[in-house]
Amino acid sequence: MNKRVILSILVENYSGTLSKVSGLFTRRGYNIDSLNVAETQDPKISRITVAVTGDSYIIEQITKQLHKLINVIKITTLSEETSVQKELMMIKVSAVGNKRSEIMQIVDIFKANISYVNNKNMIVVITGSEDKNNAFLEMLKPYGIVEMTRTGPTALERC
Amino acid sequence: MKIKAADAIIKCLEQENVNVIFGYPGGAVLPLYEALRNSNIKHVLVRQEQSAAHMASGYGRALNTVGVCMATSGPGATNLITGIATAYMDSIPLVVITGQVNSNTIGRDIFQEADIIGATQSFTKNSYLVKDAKELPRIFKEAFFIASTGRMGPVLIDIPRDIQEFLIEFEYPKEVNIRGYKPTLSGNTRQVKRAVDLINKCKQPVICVGGGIRAANATKELEHFVQKSKIPVVCTLMGGDAFPNDSEYFAGLLGSHGYNFVNRMMNDADLLIVIGARFADRSTSMMKKENKNQNVIHIDIDPAEIGKNVAVQIPIVGDAKEILNCLLEHDFNVNDEHWLKEIQESRKVFLKKMFEPDTTLNPKSLIYKLSEKMGKDGIWVADVGINQIWAAHSFKVNESKRFFTSGGLGTMGYSLPASIGVKMALPETTVVASMGDGGFQMLLSDLATARMNNVGVKFIVFNNSNLGMVRELQKNTYDENSYFGISLSFNPDFMKLAEAYSIKHLKISKDDEVEYAISEMLKDNEPFLLECIVDPDIPSVPRLGGKRHE
Repeated sequence: MNKRVILSILVENYSGTLSKVSGLFTRRGYNIDSLNVAETQDPKISRITVAVTGDSYIIEQITKQLHKLINVIKITTLSEETSVQKELMMIKVSAVGNKRSEIMQIVDIFKANISYVNNKNMIVVITGSEDKNNAFLEMLKPYGIVEMTRTGPTALERC
Repeated sequence: MKIKAADAIIKCLEQENVNVIFGYPGGAVLPLYEALRNSNIKHVLVRQEQSAAHMASGYGRALNTVGVCMATSGPGATNLITGIATAYMDSIPLVVITGQVNSNTIGRDIFQEADIIGATQSFTKNSYLVKDAKELPRIFKEAFFIASTGRMGPVLIDIPRDIQEFLIEFEYPKEVNIRGYKPTLSGNTRQVKRAVDLINKCKQPVICVGGGIRAANATKELEHFVQKSKIPVVCTLMGGDAFPNDSEYFAGLLGSHGYNFVNRMMNDADLLIVIGARFADRSTSMMKKENKNQNVIHIDIDPAEIGKNVAVQIPIVGDAKEILNCLLEHDFNVNDEHWLKEIQESRKVFLKKMFEPDTTLNPKSLIYKLSEKMGKDGIWVADVGINQIWAAHSFKVNESKRFFTSGGLGTMGYSLPASIGVKMALPETTVVASMGDGGFQMLLSDLATARMNNVGVKFIVFNNSNLGMVRELQKNTYDENSYFGISLSFNPDFMKLAEAYSIKHLKISKDDEVEYAISEMLKDNEPFLLECIVDPDIPSVPRLGGKRHE
C-alpha cells in the first residue's frame, strides 16, 4: 500500500552531494514529491527534506540506498504524528478594485501575509500544513491565480 | 616545504603501497605523468582506457588490494566507464584517477571536457572533483579507505589540470573520519543465535554463496561451517571459487544458467542460507516467486542487498568471515544425508553429460583438463557469453585456485585485459583467460600490452564464428529461424594476428589435440594464444531432458 513519508536526511555539505541524493531517486525509479535543502547550524552539514510516496518495500529500499551514499550521515523517517511539518506557499493573485478587500479577509482567516501589492496583483505568502495551504489555494482560485510556487514540506522531529 | 600537487598525489599512492598504475596519458594528466616518471611506481601503458580499468580490477583482485588506473579528461575518462561499471557490479575495489580540464574552464565545453563525475555517479561507490589542491591527501586517504572497506567498489577522483600544478604542504592523514561511513562488520549476536536455532529446526537447508566469500577472505571459514553443519552448497557466478567444487557437499551453480537439480534444490529447501550474494535475477529466476515452506537467512555486508530481491526472515549484516566465525561457535544437528547422496548422483550425471564428446572439440573438457594441470594456485579469467557458462561449470576449483569473471555487468572483452592485470600481480602463477571470438575482438589491442610487458597469460579463444549466447537466446526465445545479427562469418585469421603480435599460437579443433595443446601452452611463461574451433550448437548448459526454463 502506498503511503507518503518525509525523509529528513543529514548530509555532509560537499559539492555534488545534492545531485548524488536526487540522482539516486531517478536512477532507481523512485518518485520525489518534493525536495528542499539548506545548511544547518553547522555549515559543514546540510539537511535535505524529501517527500516520497511508495509502499513499505520502496521506502525501505530508498532509505537503505541513501544510507550507502558516503556523504549521508543520518536519515530519519518522519510522519505527521512524530514531527512538525510546514510548507511555504506564495501566490500571485489577481486583485483589482473591491476584490482586494475580499482577498484580504481570506488572508486574515488563514493567517497568511500580503507581501506585495500593486493595482493589478497581490503576492500572498502562507506557511502551514499542505492541507491548510491547499484549502487556502482553493479559496483564492476564483479570483484568478497569476502564478504560484510552493516549497513542499520541510519538517523537524518532535522530541 | 611545499611540493607540487602532482608530486603529492604520487606520494599519496606510495603511502597506499601502490606499485602499478594502468593508464593512458593525455593533456589533462600531463603534470601527473611527469610526477609519475620520477617515481618508483610502474606505469603500464594500455591500448584503450577500458582495458586499464579491467587490468586494475584483475590486479587488485589477485593481490587482495586496491587496483589503480588513470586516464586523461574527456574521451580518456569516458572510455573508462565500462570498466568502472564492471568493477562496481562485482564489488571490486578500484581507485580511478582522471584528469579534468582547468578548474576555471569547467562547464564551458572546452576541448576534451566531459563530466565524468556525473557520468559515473550511479556506478562509483564515491567520487571526488578536486577543487582545492590542499584537500588531495585527505581525498586520497578516504578514497582508498572507501574502496577497500565495507562493500568494496570503485572510487573516482577527478583532478583538474591546474590543481595538479598547485604547491601544497604534504602531510598524509593517518586515519579517516567520515561521519556517514561506518560499515558494519560483526554480525548482531542475537540474529546469529536466531539463525542457529532456525538452522537446527529445518530438514533440508541449502547454503548459497556469492562473491562476498572471497571478498571477505572467508573460504576456510565457509569450509569449516559446511563440514560442521553438513549442509550442501550451491554458488552464484561470482561465488564460483568460494568453495571447492570437488567437495561432496558441492551441488553446483544455480540460476538461469545453473542446472536443473540445483534449482530444484533451491525450491525444495526449507531454509536458504545466503552468504555474500546479492541474489540477483540471474540467480533467482528459476525459483518460485513465493515459497511459504521456505525461510531465508541472508548474510551480507551491504544492508541494502538484504530483502531487495527475496524476502528474508533473518537478516544478518556484516562481514562473511566474522559472521561465519560466530556461527562456528555453535553446534549444528542437521540431518541432510539423504540429500547429499542425491547431490552426488545428480552431479555425476551432469558432469558426464557435459564432458560427452561434442561434434567438434568439447570446450568444457578442455577447461576441466587445463584447470587440473594449471597448478594449485592457478587463476582462470572467464569472459562473457556462452564460454562463461562453460567455464563456470567445468573449471575445477580446489586448493587455492581462483575464478574471475564479470558476473554482474556481464562485460564482453573483460577477460583479456583483466587476465593481464592478474598475471602482472602474480607473475609466477598460471593465468588462463578464456573467451569467445566475439569477446576476444572487443579489446584485443591489449595483446600488445601483454607482449610489451612479457605477461605470460594463456589466452584461449573458443571460436564458433558466432555470438553464441545471443544465438542461443534467440533460439530459445523464438526458434532456429530467428538468428539475426549474431554471425561473425568473417573473422580475421587469429593465428596470423597472434603472429603479428609475436605471440605463440596454436589452433585446434578436435578432442585428441587437447592434450598436446595444453602441454604446449604450459611449457613456458610466455603469452600464448590457443584458438579452438567449436560448434556453435554446443549449448551453454547441457540438456538433461525436459525444458531448462521451467
